[in-house]
Amino acid sequence: MTDPIPFDQALQAFEPVIGLEVHVELGTNTKMFCGCPTGFGAEPNTQTCPVCLGLPGSLPVANAQAIESIIRIGLALNCDIAEWCRMSRKNYFYPDMPKDYQVSQYDEPICVDGHLDITVPTDDGPVEVRIDIERVHMEEDTGKLTHAGGDTGRIHGADYSLVDYNRAGIPLVEIVTKPVVGTGRLAPAVARAYVAELRDIMRALGVSDVKMEEGSLRCDANVSLNRPGDPWGTRSETKNVNSLRSVERAVRAEIERQAGVLDGGERVVQETRHFHEDTGVTTPGRSKEHAEDYRYFPEPDLVPIAPSREWVEELRATLPERPSVRRARLAAEWGIGDFEMATLVNAGVLDLVEATVAAGVAPDAARKWWSGEFTRVANERDVDPADLPVTPADIGRVEELIASGALNDKLARQVFEGVLAGEGTPDEVVAARGLAVVSDDSALLAAIDAALAEQPDVAEKIRSGKVQAAGAIVGAVMKATRGQADAGKVRALLLERLGVSDA
Amino acid sequence: MSPAADLVRQSAAVLAEAIAAGEVSSREVTQAHLERIVDVDDRVHAFLHVDAQGALEAADAVDRARAAGDALGPLAGVPIAVKDVLATRGMPTTCGSRILEGWQPPYDATVVERLRGAGIVILGKTNMDEFAMGSSTEHSAYGPTHNPWDLTRIPGGSGGGSAAAVASFESPLAIGTDTGGSIRQPAAVTGTVGVKPTYGGVSRYGLVALASSLDQAGPCTRTVMDAALLHSVIGGHDPRDSTSIPEPMPDVVAAAQRADVRGMRIGLVRELSGEGYQAGVLQRFTEAVAILEDLGAEVVEVSCPHFDYALGAYYLILPSECSSNLARFDGMRYGLRAGDNGDRSVEEVMSLTREAGFGAEVKRRIMLGTYALSSGYYDAYYGQAQKVRTLIQRDFAAAFDQVDVLISPTAPTTAFRLGEKVDDPLAMYLNDVATIPVNLAGNCALSLPVGLAPEDGLPVGLQVMAPALADDRLYLVGAALEGALRDRWGHLLIEEAPAL
Amino acid sequence: MSAITRGEVAHLARLARLALDDDELDHYAAQLDVILQSVARVTEVAADDIPPTSHPVPLVNVYRDDEVRPSLAQSEALAAAPAVEDGRFRVPRILDEE
Ligand SMILES: [Mg+2]
Ligand SMILES: [Zn+2]
Repeated sequence: MTDPIPFDQALQAFEPVIGLEVHVELGTNTKMFCGCPTGFGAEPNTQTCPVCLGLPGSLPVANAQAIESIIRIGLALNCDIAEWCRMSRKNYFYPDMPKDYQVSQYDEPICVDGHLDITVPTDDGPVEVRIDIERVHMEEDTGKLTHAGGDTGRIHGADYSLVDYNRAGIPLVEIVTKPVVGTGRLAPAVARAYVAELRDIMRALGVSDVKMEEGSLRCDANVSLNRPGDPWGTRSETKNVNSLRSVERAVRAEIERQAGVLDGGERVVQETRHFHEDTGVTTPGRSKEHAEDYRYFPEPDLVPIAPSREWVEELRATLPERPSVRRARLAAEWGIGDFEMATLVNAGVLDLVEATVAAGVAPDAARKWWSGEFTRVANERDVDPADLPVTPADIGRVEELIASGALNDKLARQVFEGVLAGEGTPDEVVAARGLAVVSDDSALLAAIDAALAEQPDVAEKIRSGKVQAAGAIVGAVMKATRGQADAGKVRALLLERLGVSDA
Repeated sequence: MSPAADLVRQSAAVLAEAIAAGEVSSREVTQAHLERIVDVDDRVHAFLHVDAQGALEAADAVDRARAAGDALGPLAGVPIAVKDVLATRGMPTTCGSRILEGWQPPYDATVVERLRGAGIVILGKTNMDEFAMGSSTEHSAYGPTHNPWDLTRIPGGSGGGSAAAVASFESPLAIGTDTGGSIRQPAAVTGTVGVKPTYGGVSRYGLVALASSLDQAGPCTRTVMDAALLHSVIGGHDPRDSTSIPEPMPDVVAAAQRADVRGMRIGLVRELSGEGYQAGVLQRFTEAVAILEDLGAEVVEVSCPHFDYALGAYYLILPSECSSNLARFDGMRYGLRAGDNGDRSVEEVMSLTREAGFGAEVKRRIMLGTYALSSGYYDAYYGQAQKVRTLIQRDFAAAFDQVDVLISPTAPTTAFRLGEKVDDPLAMYLNDVATIPVNLAGNCALSLPVGLAPEDGLPVGLQVMAPALADDRLYLVGAALEGALRDRWGHLLIEEAPAL
Repeated sequence: MSAITRGEVAHLARLARLALDDDELDHYAAQLDVILQSVARVTEVAADDIPPTSHPVPLVNVYRDDEVRPSLAQSEALAAAPAVEDGRFRVPRILDEE
């Protein structure tokens, strides 16, 4: 057993070739071949039927929405869409697979020969990389195994396993890259940027919720190393890479490990490896020396898929703007930088900000509400920001009230507090809670006089020209009016009262 | 109507009319058949499971509906036996295999659903070669079925139970399935009528698959008209089967009523007679051809040269598909689990389960199919066989350019003796030589009895083959020939079967 | 076609998850050989320009709408299972991961 070699050192001696296989669970209402629902987290084996349990005699019928989704994915990845192709059976025995074959595609994938241009952030600025896509094909997911007894939770050492087939038969799209060469030390970052871009595309297409933590986007990373000028090396396939950060770490860990193996004069074994989030290393799974013979053949229970060219063009016309292009456009329109844009994207509020701007709100205000107040509340409630009971129109209305002076910032927050609590529209909350800026000059002047009387020394300071001392009086007035005054106005009235100008 | 002993000898059409007219109740008819089963099935062993209570309840429901003045379907109240390869809710479905012993599906096959919907009374499930692999019903894990004409002989297979149930008057109707002849060959050797509908004409949903691209359920009856009536009940588009044909079915009942071959061109397939065919089979076949000419058909000889390769292609395609279709019987979700001592791995338990649960013929075909699909052999075997399939389709297409239907003997021999070929797979496979081309091409065929072979006194079947979606032509020819033979004999051939 | 060896039969049996005993291995080795020789005639006729037929009917694009249909109850799904625990199918230990 040789030790890994540090990354920079590994890259001095070897060139990496990477390949990525990404599985995306489609967000269809029903499974690929039956009408069972696909929701996550249901009681085990309550979303199954004769078809997805593979009961004798049952037959599959393909989900039209899934076929449409995969074609849109293929088009978004610049693929050619097959004029005629078939589903195949991939035969192997495994208890999470009800039929002991997986309906998948073999030599006739629906989408082939695409590419995706990605931007990889580096210390020297962004680098453009084109990732060639080999194929995008349709298949069905397996059930979920839980390992029990013995060394609980792990497959090795478990006494037995339990199977829940709720996930079995959910439509899966597999996206396979061609080997990515020449990225050198950027390989881990390229892998990450590619998966991130894919995830954004899936989201923009609305075909999947692409939640890596729930397994609706899963990535396998193939890595091999060779010395410059030599043919490609033997590759390993790292599974279980379940976050963007892990994609990058796993590729890096494999480069370091394989460099150590090769440097020690040993050979890399072609095998499946597992990435461990906790330790950041990969460990061997099953060796592919005795590769399973999958005995693929065309699925006789399904008829061929032959998408008409008209339909393909119709679907092409529905493609959304590329997420990276859209982000650049919006950033320019809103006058914000990469960091601010990344904040919005990471908070999952980009669409909401865009919709709010479209409702007439200034970009800065729209961003402020969504990435501040609403993101915080969404996190507290553990919901998607889009599911909060506040609409772009509500924000538009509140901003209108602020502009007219009817609300100040603090009151506006209270209005949204009410809206988020389900108390109604902003106007209803304003009315019900009695929220309005106190704009009656006489009431404000009375409060100012009271504050001045309480703090005569401060009053004297201001009179003598130390205008910055006005804050204490303004604060006291705001407190006395429970925030319902316009602080600017209070200050102006105060200075006027004391006969000093705001120099 | 007549006493119970006579009830069981009536055709389904006659029984349905009598029930509809109130001359007899469905309960009486059903009871008569249940009694007949009690009387003879210990010798015939056509049934694996009899559901007397369920049958009588279904019969009562029809009787109540009639009393209420509801419109009844054309076969309402008539009993039927269903091959144990179709999923039935509330009844076991074993496919003749130990691996599914006691399994009760939580759903009905579409065919079964349509039978129930039409008020047809399900008596029970019939015996079959395990997973429909065989031509003699000797490969059933539950013991063989016996031919009612001679209890020492095979009833054909794989649907020997369905054919024997009909031939022994235990049921006027039965459902069979035909992957390479499993409806037609049993019909031929039991003196009954069997139809393999056009592929896609009858839903496969709930039919436990042997070879998905070949399997088709169809009627087993004593008359051509009964077959047409049953065909029209079970046929038609089913959205749960992707291979189900959406176009409407031809009117097979009207065709059976017309029973007319005048002006029809009938092709005699050169490759499906002669060498390998029993003399008495050929003799009765030739006589039937003469009758068809007398009836006004023009009979010509046609050649389908690639039929010679059909058997070989079939025994590559079928095992390949079946090796995959039968993978799911692994002891994890239903059926038998063997060898699970708490220590063995899932792979070991699956292997021990399948070893214990499957019979020799099933294992043989799984092994053959695993080989034919394995890497390095796929192109040479499965790929080539699929090309032969294209050639056979072309042969049919060329033949149907010249003629309206094709005919041949259904099986090369009459019923052989139990045990005679059970250990000789190749000899067994030859039984299907005349029936297989139709399955490979996906078109339709019917077998009807045309007499007894002089040398052994056993029934001989004639096969009519028609293009896909032209199932009505089977009934035009079948009903015409049946009528002429009945006129000649004064009764149906089946009336000559031993009383048991 | 060359004769099928006992080793090949053992490999096939493993692929097919059949725990064949030694007698069966010998038996099937001989029988598969005979059967394959007799069916190998298919290779005589199928020329390169003949397209394979995988489906006997010329249907394409058969799909269903993405509408939820009732599932089985958990009790129905598990009713025939040889072993059950916590609403799941209980299966023997898995030695290696796919
Ligand atoms: Mg895959
Ligand atoms: Zn389902």
